[in-house]
Amino acid sequence: MSYYSWVSQMPQNKSMLLPELLAKRESEILKDWIAEQMRSRGPAGAGIKDEDLRRQSAEFLNAFQKASQDGDDIHAESWSRVRDILTDVSREQARQGVNPADIALFIFSLKQIVFRVLQSETGKDSEVFAREIWSATQILDRLGLFTTQVAMKSREEVIARQQAEMLELSTPVVKLWDGILALPLIGTLDSERTQVVMQNLLEEIVRTGASIAVIDITGVPTVDTLVAQHLLKTVAAARLMGAECIISGIRPQIASTIVHLGVDLGDVSTKATLADAFASALRRSNLAVVKIAPQRRAQGE
Amino acid sequence: MADRPDPIQIRNSEDVVVVRQRVRAAAVQAGLRLVDQTRIVTAASELARNTLIYGGGGTVSLEVLSDQGKKSVRLIFEDRGPGIADLELAMKDGYTTGAGLGLGLGGAKRLSSEFEIESKPGQGTRVVITRRG
Amino acid sequence: MDRIPILKLGDFLLVTVHVDMHDRLAMALQEDLTEKIVATHARGVLIDISALDIVDSFIGRMLGNIASMSGILDAKTVVVGMRPAVAITLVELGLSLPGVRTALNVEKGMDLLRASLPFDEPVEQLESGEEVG
Repeated sequence: MSYYSWVSQMPQNKSMLLPELLAKRESEILKDWIAEQMRSRGPAGAGIKDEDLRRQSAEFLNAFQKASQDGDDIHAESWSRVRDILTDVSREQARQGVNPADIALFIFSLKQIVFRVLQSETGKDSEVFAREIWSATQILDRLGLFTTQVAMKSREEVIARQQAEMLELSTPVVKLWDGILALPLIGTLDSERTQVVMQNLLEEIVRTGASIAVIDITGVPTVDTLVAQHLLKTVAAARLMGAECIISGIRPQIASTIVHLGVDLGDVSTKATLADAFASALRRSNLAVVKIAPQRRAQGE
Repeated sequence: MADRPDPIQIRNSEDVVVVRQRVRAAAVQAGLRLVDQTRIVTAASELARNTLIYGGGGTVSLEVLSDQGKKSVRLIFEDRGPGIADLELAMKDGYTTGAGLGLGLGGAKRLSSEFEIESKPGQGTRVVITRRG
Repeated sequence: MDRIPILKLGDFLLVTVHVDMHDRLAMALQEDLTEKIVATHARGVLIDISALDIVDSFIGRMLGNIASMSGILDAKTVVVGMRPAVAITLVELGLSLPGVRTALNVEKGMDLLRASLPFDEPVEQLESGEEVG
């Protein structure tokens, strides 16, 4: 059976001592907790400044003390400040690259301190001690799980952002010749990626002073309306800036999709292959490729 | 969490430039990427000009809004001018009553993530636009 | 009020827009350019907007007007240095700048202007004895 269903079968006892203890021995708990966090943090955790750690721990303890007076449902409204602080801590550490398990140490290192304090207050009376430990465990475990969940979500966000950055890097703009650039697009284009890539192209046009850019979509399996619109928008923007675009590599399926979607290519230049586009670009630039007669090889070469 | 400073007065064409600069600063603060900054500053320029020329002057309030870590910029343009009788017609590109209202509203809408307009003849005009990253 | 300086470069006039122009300044530029084209018999106008981080419908229309008016005065207009974010926003705004030729930078813009002069006109003779405006 799951941890939670086992837990919920235990007698629900509101902790009677925890809020009091947290208030009474606050500075001691805070000091020990901060020391324990610093001791157990790994290399990634070193990115968190000490004063931030102190401040967050103090804020948390304060919020925790208040909320614990109000029962042990950490998802209740009275616990919202505690959740907010944990969310901030979690997000910040995830961004620094700390992994979710280590982020949860924020809570679990507090657990040890709380247990020690509970024991020193109730040590003589084992029944009270057991009950208090039990209540504290429930609350702290739930908070630990909450922290882990937020951390994992933040990590997913970081990974998604990194993936987006990688995508941007993986569609480089290349120079075919002086003043002629090519952007070979590969893979499925979504709206977001297309926008980023197109903007890159425009900036490269400015940077290199190119007059012609060939956007090759040979490697793109399908094009939807949004992507087609971004492409057309880019061509129009390039023209406004003083450069021309040629779209090449339009496969029959994509050609029919474009017609089907009713997208109007207007006077955008299109070619079936990158080679055709390059030839056209050369012509427009008043350049030509000339076949040179092979030189006689000298004897012995 | 919203950050709401006092509204900016739009009384003359120099104020329109001030609006552009303040909106740019807000967009930078919201972490919008360059092209989104440009979009909202341009939309703000259009709407500020409308407020000046058609509304007889007015105000714009800027807010940087935050929703689960994602920030956006919201602008509210208000004037007590004559108001717009036919909103649908006014939103069409090229519609102009003279000095060139054409492209102002439709353009601003296209450049924004969200666009709302309220206007009644004799009661002035209120336009709210939001730009997300 | 500051006016935007206009330089004479051979047969051409060169304008560098280096500030965020308010509407009156833009109108003044339009007037000044038209006067100078006539005064100097300029064959072309090159407007460098590389310092502009936004171009809204008013500025866009101004550029279009300058192109039309110069055209009537037998001069060509080339706008150079438009930034990518500005270009994208202009496309979304729906502005197409009719009659305005564009180039990436001043050098390419000058090439374009020179290439647009009819071959049979002896360019140098027109200059002799004429004062700069």
